[in-house]
Amino acid sequence: MADCKETLNELEPYIDGELSADAMEHIHTHLDGCVDCQQAFEFHLELKAAIRRKVNNDELPNGLLMRLESCFNEDFDGDGNVGVPSDR
Amino acid sequence: MEYAPQLYSTALRMTRNAADAEDLVQETMMRGYRSFDTFAEGTNLRAWLYRILTNAFINRYRSKQRRPMETDLADVEDLYLYKRVSTMENAAGSLSAEDQFLDLFTDEEVKRSVEGLPDAFKLPVILADVEGFAYKEIAEMLDIPVGTVMSRLHRGRKAMQKELYEYAEARGLVDTLGDFD
Repeated sequence: MADCKETLNELEPYIDGELSADAMEHIHTHLDGCVDCQQAFEFHLELKAAIRRKVNNDELPNGLLMRLESCFNEDFDGDGNVGVPSDR
Repeated sequence: MEYAPQLYSTALRMTRNAADAEDLVQETMMRGYRSFDTFAEGTNLRAWLYRILTNAFINRYRSKQRRPMETDLADVEDLYLYKRVSTMENAAGSLSAEDQFLDLFTDEEVKRSVEGLPDAFKLPVILADVEGFAYKEIAEMLDIPVGTVMSRLHRGRKAMQKELYEYAEARGLVDTLGDFD
């Protein structure tokens, strides 16, 4: 069984889903018997999820949407207008 | 077009400025449109667009991301945030507190901690942590080896964690969960 140091070395590739099935199994075997490492792994999985949730939520500005519609001459948002509506 | 909001979010982190981010997304969409015949059917369209976006950013801002200076980022100890949080949890006698602890950070703080990184580290962190791209995809987008992606991610994440911890300290969040050295 892998020791804690070896296991923690694989923490980032693990949370990034970059390990082979074999390597994953090694990690899981260790985690099953090691609460300390298990907590460290859980924390970093939570952290990655929290970063994703909190960072990836900016709204597309309406002005940009209209600029893109004008460039492509297409009504992307389906509001019946391409680009800036002329009657508003 | 369905990728425009994500591209905009990423562009905003890269440029830290709404007007520049809008220009960058427009440039990306136009370049993508013009070179669409180079897109290989059956491959990942989102990854292809992100490659155009990162290249547009690097060219436009002459980002020195390809060769960062060692001094660009201070070295931070491994598991920086976790070590501190687990000490707090033990002090507070609650092991399920990590979830709530992470929720104490505002969206703005987490965004700032990403944006504050030097470009060489910020780009891998955004592409992996926020956009969930694979190391190999990131390596292709940034034109650096996979090993370099991994080491920059490692250092960038630690620096980000230190920044987050400092926000927690500044807001007095750390004291509410138990003080420690």
